[in-house]
Amino acid sequence: MSVSLDIRLKRANKVYHEGELLSGVVLISSRDALQHQGVSLSMEGLVNLQLSSKSVGVFEAFYNSVKPIQLVSSNIEVVKAGKVPAGKTEIPFEFPLQAKGNRVLYETYHGVFVNIQYTLRCDMRRSLLAKDLSKTCEFMVHSQPQKSKMQLNPVDFTITPDTLQNRTSLPKFLIRGHLDASTCVITRPLTGELVVENSEVVIKSIELQLVRVETCGCAEGYARDATEIQNIQIAEGDVCHGLSIPIYMVFPRLFTCPTLETTNFKVEFEVNIVIVLHDDHLITENFPLKLVRV
Amino acid sequence: MASVQWHSRCRKYEYEKQMCRLEASAVDISDYHPLKAITVTDSKSRRSVRKGSTSSTSSSSSSVAPDPLSSLLDGTDPLSLFAAASEIPTVPHSISAGELGRKRKDKEEEEVVGSDFEPWSCKRGEILSRFTTTEKLSINLFMGSDKSKASSPSSAVSEKVRTRLEELDDLEEGSQRELLNLSQQDYVNRIEELNQSLKEAWGSDQKVKALKIVIQCSKLLSDTSVIQFYPSKFVLITDILDTFGGLVYDRIWSMCAEPHPLPDSFSADDVNDTAKETCLNWFFKIASIRELISRLYVEAALLKCNCFLTKTGIQETLQRLTAMIRGIGDPLVAVYARAYLCRVGMEVAPHLKDSLNKNFFDLLASFRRIHGDSVQNQLALQRVEIPVYLTLYSPAINWILQCVAYRAPEVLLTEMMERCKKLGNNALLLNSVMWAFRPEFVATRATDFIGMIKDCDEAGFPKHLLFASLGRSVSCADPPESERLSVLNEAWKVITKVRSPRDYMSCAEIWVEFTCRNFSKREVNTVLADIIKHMTPDRAFEDAYPQLESVIKKIVTYFHDFSVLFSMEKFLPFLDMFQKDSVRVEVCKCIMEVFIKHQQEPTRDPVILNALLHICKTMHDSVNALTLDDEKRALALLVNGFIRMVSFGRDFEQQLSFCVEARATFCNLEPVIVHLIHTVNQLAMETNRVMKGSHSRKTAAFVRACAAYSFITIPSLTSIFSRLNLYLLSGQVTLANQCLSQADAFLKAAVSILPEVPRTISIEGKQRSSEPFLLDFINNFLSMLLVVPDHPEQGVLYLVRGLLNMVQDYTWEDNSDAKVRVYISALPLLAAMSQENYLYTIPKVDSNETLYGGDPKFIAEINKLCETLIGQVLDHLKGLGRDDGVRRQGGLAFSLFGCLLAHGDVRNNKLNQLAANLWNLSHKHGFCDTRTSVRTLEHIKQQAQLSEMSHLSDLTTRLSLQSVA
Repeated sequence: MSVSLDIRLKRANKVYHEGELLSGVVLISSRDALQHQGVSLSMEGLVNLQLSSKSVGVFEAFYNSVKPIQLVSSNIEVVKAGKVPAGKTEIPFEFPLQAKGNRVLYETYHGVFVNIQYTLRCDMRRSLLAKDLSKTCEFMVHSQPQKSKMQLNPVDFTITPDTLQNRTSLPKFLIRGHLDASTCVITRPLTGELVVENSEVVIKSIELQLVRVETCGCAEGYARDATEIQNIQIAEGDVCHGLSIPIYMVFPRLFTCPTLETTNFKVEFEVNIVIVLHDDHLITENFPLKLVRV
Repeated sequence: MASVQWHSRCRKYEYEKQMCRLEASAVDISDYHPLKAITVTDSKSRRSVRKGSTSSTSSSSSSVAPDPLSSLLDGTDPLSLFAAASEIPTVPHSISAGELGRKRKDKEEEEVVGSDFEPWSCKRGEILSRFTTTEKLSINLFMGSDKSKASSPSSAVSEKVRTRLEELDDLEEGSQRELLNLSQQDYVNRIEELNQSLKEAWGSDQKVKALKIVIQCSKLLSDTSVIQFYPSKFVLITDILDTFGGLVYDRIWSMCAEPHPLPDSFSADDVNDTAKETCLNWFFKIASIRELISRLYVEAALLKCNCFLTKTGIQETLQRLTAMIRGIGDPLVAVYARAYLCRVGMEVAPHLKDSLNKNFFDLLASFRRIHGDSVQNQLALQRVEIPVYLTLYSPAINWILQCVAYRAPEVLLTEMMERCKKLGNNALLLNSVMWAFRPEFVATRATDFIGMIKDCDEAGFPKHLLFASLGRSVSCADPPESERLSVLNEAWKVITKVRSPRDYMSCAEIWVEFTCRNFSKREVNTVLADIIKHMTPDRAFEDAYPQLESVIKKIVTYFHDFSVLFSMEKFLPFLDMFQKDSVRVEVCKCIMEVFIKHQQEPTRDPVILNALLHICKTMHDSVNALTLDDEKRALALLVNGFIRMVSFGRDFEQQLSFCVEARATFCNLEPVIVHLIHTVNQLAMETNRVMKGSHSRKTAAFVRACAAYSFITIPSLTSIFSRLNLYLLSGQVTLANQCLSQADAFLKAAVSILPEVPRTISIEGKQRSSEPFLLDFINNFLSMLLVVPDHPEQGVLYLVRGLLNMVQDYTWEDNSDAKVRVYISALPLLAAMSQENYLYTIPKVDSNETLYGGDPKFIAEINKLCETLIGQVLDHLKGLGRDDGVRRQGGLAFSLFGCLLAHGDVRNNKLNQLAANLWNLSHKHGFCDTRTSVRTLEHIKQQAQLSEMSHLSDLTTRLSLQSVA
């Protein structure tokens, strides 16, 4: 006897906002008629914080993981105990997406030390003889657009041996460029331009490194960790001098969210422009970003 | 039935002819013409169909004649049915409107890229062959050694070639290892394997694996080791990318087809959310590819999918990708990336010209990098010469320029050219400009271009290639009249200085066309002389046969006047350069084909004749024991075509001596010999016609010479039937020319070789019995014998007897009636010979009728012969009576009966009796065709009504139709 349980959300992209109705169907397909003790659905939104083993000890990281913060939680009974006929059965449902108490629904975000995740779980209880069935499905929450007027804050930059912090004896080079905005709309790419005006040494590659900076507050203070999300090459080999090279990066979904600052944790983003010289020497220029959703 | 007495019926041919003549009847043209009726019904029925009512068609068909064609057209004709159906609007209006819109759009799209745009698929093969086969060996070797050398520092350990299975495993794990020591073929195979595994992965729903394969492949394009192979590598890998792009597009397309398929011209609004989401997913995935080149290529491959998301997506993406290419450091890699982008752009959105132009201008901006240090270092490492390296760019730049220049306004082209001019050392660009821009554009500025080419740096792009490109343009479109000569002079000045015979030839080959097109034979001759001068040292021509052949082809396409062609001093010496037999014959064939096609009038020009004879001789001399029959036939056809075009007008003797020469020259081609004999026979008849039948002494000698020609030529033929027929034909011709002894000789010769006829002959490769052919020939021969007068020194009916003797001695097939059939058909001849006036005679030749004047002895001789023949036939009939021969017996008896009736004098009692007996014999076993018997009987009855044939009525009473029951 093969039974399958599935949750189908109405929206293909599974993206919802606070206050909206989460609607869809529970799909039960079974070859024969099916006896059960009720089907229930539960919706849950959690913030999971994990302490990095770098900031605190390994064991403490293991034990001290901070208690998850529940953002939303609700439960409904979809079908009372009874029988489902053979074939496919679709049971429609609706959930109002409303935060618990005075909390805010943060945007879905999958990070290393901070995870904000929303799930929908369907359970079918069955008699002792048969196993209970369950199915979970993640859905995305996007935070409400920010009302305040957005400032782009473009950034110009110049990289020469002199502008570097721990400079050693470097050959001469001059790289100029600009980012169109350091306050970025998350749905639009990061754009800008970069010109290698001159360089004594051959450039091997120029890359854009997107970095997340996650901060977790805890009993002993806080932990701040920067990790790479993705690395995009924008120039390969000895690029033409004096010709502007576009800076272009799409913010990956799930792994980025609007810059977030709460009492317990922070999620921020930065971009590094990395210039790899022929001898594998790295030159990095860091730019903090503010991500917003409009 | 032992002894039969033959008496020929007396014939009055003139009278019979008049009796047989059809009665003339007045014809009313207006309603008689048989075709007319059909046209009338046709148009009527068609009109009725057009009315759209199928029921009315039946009524209209009843009104016209019962013509099968018109009934076919009535309603049942699928086309008219279809036309009728389309009148009724069964299709919903909205859809048909949509279709209309689509059609209109199709048209518009066609306008954007027409058939005059040379598609990538053409270039593809060209690139693959040019960057592999021409230098295949060296590349092969280079590839192996060079690769291991280049990558030895990084992975000195792994110089083993892994097995294929392991390679595939690698792919699964996503790990990258280097495959070394691949020969070029291995490389191609491996890429093809990747293409296959891409399709497999996609088919088995492993989309991630598919994407991985594509990314890995496109990553290969950033590797420029073995740089000579790069263009081909580009072609191979972009094939994979195209496959991938197609798969993704089709998949998303099919996702949209859920409720009803998308119209061809859909907008992003028509696309459902699921499809959009899938599409977005792909784009997000691709956006996170780390390597610039992989990301660029994969994104370009999926360019078309942008139309599922937004209206302007394609345009924006094109612009973005164009800018992105600036990040590619290696100029060669960048150029090819641009070429790919242009290609995809032309396919998906040909109306977006901006990004194409942008691509080109970006290319110009970074052009000087080609001569930069990093490139130089790389070339030094790979030991590649600069000219070779530069030619690697050509396919990509040509393609980009082709896209840019396609239907571009003149102003833009001029601007592009100016920009190219400004860049130093622009030979490469110049070359591509000449390749890609419209030939007319280039041709009108030919002088400018020559100037620019001259200014180019010697060390860079090979100049002969530049001239080759220019030549290609000017041979398609004409430069201004006044400049042509100077263009040719300037160009040739450079070409003639090209050292390498190969390079020289590739250039000269192209310029020959320009010369032929615009100049007279003098210039072409000069060019040919120059080519000969260059190609003769060290037998350089041996490596350039294809080019030399193409030179000849070009010349003959422009010079149809062969007297001009052959009066070029250097043409024949040029032909002498083809010293490899097969090529030589090909060239000769090609010339002959043109000659046959374009020579309108027969010629006697000695220059043409000598040259063509030489050419034909070359073709003929290539025939040997191994030559295929088809080949021989083709050659013979060409030679015959030549002989047919030779005419010396009234100078018949010259013509004959030409035939003599030709016979000596083409002795191995039998069809040619046959043709020559026909020609000579025709010559004799022509003389006869000119002399109006009476030869002077001189012409008589001439026709005898013709006869002699035929007589000594015929025996050299191998085909026995050709020989027989030609003997007969030549005999007829000589007789017509009053050469009695020659005619006798021909006929005797024919009779004497009769026994040589084999029982089976091979026709089109199959063994067939020769009997029907032999019978045909003998019948033909017999009818000829009527007019041949007896030889004064031989006996009466010498030839007839001779023939009949041969027939008797010939070993016929067992169980064959052929011999008897010959005997039966000899009877009419003998009957005709015994008439007072013969049915036909040859003017100025006395036949037996005048020789013997109906001498009773002569008649008696004939009758005796007839009796012998009939006796033979009757014996044969008796022999057939025994076993299963009765059917044949019936047939033979009936034909002898027919013969008796038509040619024998049935008033004679014995003959009358014999006829009746034969009739009965033929009906005895009931194998006779009743209808024929009935008709024969009717005919006899009809004849019996005529006064002089009244005796037949008596016969009719004795003939009964036995087998009616």
